[in-house]
Amino acid sequence: MQFSEKFEKRFAAWLTHYPVKRSVLVPSLLYVQDELGHLTDEAIAELAARLDLSVLEVNNVISYYSLLTRKPKGRYHVQVCTNICCMLRGAEEVYEAAQKKLGIGHKQVTPDARFSLEEVECIGACSWGPAMQVNYDYHEKLTPEAAERILDEYRTKDTQ
Amino acid sequence: MADLVSHPDEVKVVSRRFGQGAANLDRYLELDGYKAIQKALAMGADAVINEVKASNLRGRGGAGFPTGMKWSFVPKQAAKPKYVLCNGDESEPGTCKDRLIFEQDPHSLIEGVMIAAFSINSHQGYIYLRGEYRYLIEIMERAVADAYARGFLGKNIFGSGYDLDIFVHSGAGAYEVGEESALMESLEGKRGVPRIRPPFPAVVGLYGGPTIINNAETLASVPHILLGGGEWFANLGTPKNGGTRLFSLSGCVNRPGVYELPLGYNLKKLIEEVGGGVWKGRKLKAVVPGGSSVPILKADECDVNLDFDSLMKIGTMLGSGGVIVLDDQTCVVRFLLRTISFYQHESCGWCIPCREGTDWLKKTLKRFHGGGGVAKDIDNLAYLGENMMGRTFCPLGDAAAMPVIGIVKKFREEFEAHLDGRPCPFEAKEASELVGARTE
Repeated sequence: MQFSEKFEKRFAAWLTHYPVKRSVLVPSLLYVQDELGHLTDEAIAELAARLDLSVLEVNNVISYYSLLTRKPKGRYHVQVCTNICCMLRGAEEVYEAAQKKLGIGHKQVTPDARFSLEEVECIGACSWGPAMQVNYDYHEKLTPEAAERILDEYRTKDTQ
Repeated sequence: MADLVSHPDEVKVVSRRFGQGAANLDRYLELDGYKAIQKALAMGADAVINEVKASNLRGRGGAGFPTGMKWSFVPKQAAKPKYVLCNGDESEPGTCKDRLIFEQDPHSLIEGVMIAAFSINSHQGYIYLRGEYRYLIEIMERAVADAYARGFLGKNIFGSGYDLDIFVHSGAGAYEVGEESALMESLEGKRGVPRIRPPFPAVVGLYGGPTIINNAETLASVPHILLGGGEWFANLGTPKNGGTRLFSLSGCVNRPGVYELPLGYNLKKLIEEVGGGVWKGRKLKAVVPGGSSVPILKADECDVNLDFDSLMKIGTMLGSGGVIVLDDQTCVVRFLLRTISFYQHESCGWCIPCREGTDWLKKTLKRFHGGGGVAKDIDNLAYLGENMMGRTFCPLGDAAAMPVIGIVKKFREEFEAHLDGRPCPFEAKEASELVGARTE
């Protein structure tokens, strides 16, 4: 199995960065997942073969890291921080608004596969909370209304 | 890009280039960039370590271990290659400062890693950033590529005969990976389960070789120390607590933000003057001064100086410098529940006291906050915490236990107010509906 040209270039470079090739596993899993949407059995088997690891061993690693998933996500994965600093500034109301707007709950995907939602731990935006990430993009100083507006913008973008 | 704030009391060392486009290599050079490494190369490795020792720089990630001393533990002769790791896993709740260094002054981190590597004769450095920090990984990768293109990294840097490679490495979501040994396991391509210490990384670290691992802010401080002198840096702070540090101020304040202040700055002043005081006209109830893992302080304990030793003396820690402010409308039981939910989620599962203890604590607190608590639960919480302390491979167990022990001790009446099926005095929600109290 070949991944995108962009990934293959990156993967080849990464192999030269470490004395032990297993070291490329975690970043490879994340960057492959970015391309495919989630980690498919085929992708897992491919990376395992390239790194001389068993599929079991690769699954062991996947199960540890919270950004890695073997289940499909939405095209826009909405990650709302509800940890203590964001909570103190109203993260619960923001999360409730996101749930209502999208019609889904924690770790669920909308039927059109456009959005998925997750309540996450601290994303390093404590002084600018409440905060969320959509895929890798940060959205901070949120109110429930602002969060709804941002999600509407993603919906509009996705339909264009 | 994150919002930058400022206050006249700030002493800008590590943040002195923020907001000035220093991610651009030419701009960085204009702002005294890559001068410190050249000075280091001329000084020699031993002199560099002595300068860092003289600065009284202590780890900015959480533990506050003296940096120069840590570097001096690396043996001069070693059978295996030596490494320098920049810990950019920043995941401690309340902490958002390394993010600004990656964003605003990435080259200062490269330069810090270079100086550290030179001081221990290492030829390979890795800058590990948490997976969520993708936009910062891109900035760091570009900065490293620019440094290579200019000949500052690679073979014979600055004509010194010294070779050094630095690579950027992405995580994939895990708080525990910020723990030094778990980070090394992750970098080696495995689950981030910690190693037992001793041996310490300085002797047996990455791939078994001697390794320096430092927090990003710690490493970013080093070039400034080399340029200004260890004594100058030490004198900015208090005895044995040198320099300035980035404080991440958050929670119930009018002006949250990241501020750089000298070690020893007063906590009450930070909240009232720098932070603009408690928001919404409310009163201060409590402060967690160093990230979620450190013991809580009541409002009347906040007239204290923010350095490692002063806070240790009163039973808490400077930690990551994440100052979290609670107002008088905050339920500490609910605050503790969300804190413990975090540790329960992030526990790697290796050690029984942490894996079972965090789970048990969370279940107890959830039932308690929902009105199902009995008096015995309150003492049980403290008992559980005490039995987790010091009984694990890594400090995550302690990090979960300390908030419990502290909050139960200092806010016992608030726990008692939740007994006998009474609703939480601060809100109407049941714990089972509470966001953040989900079971996985």
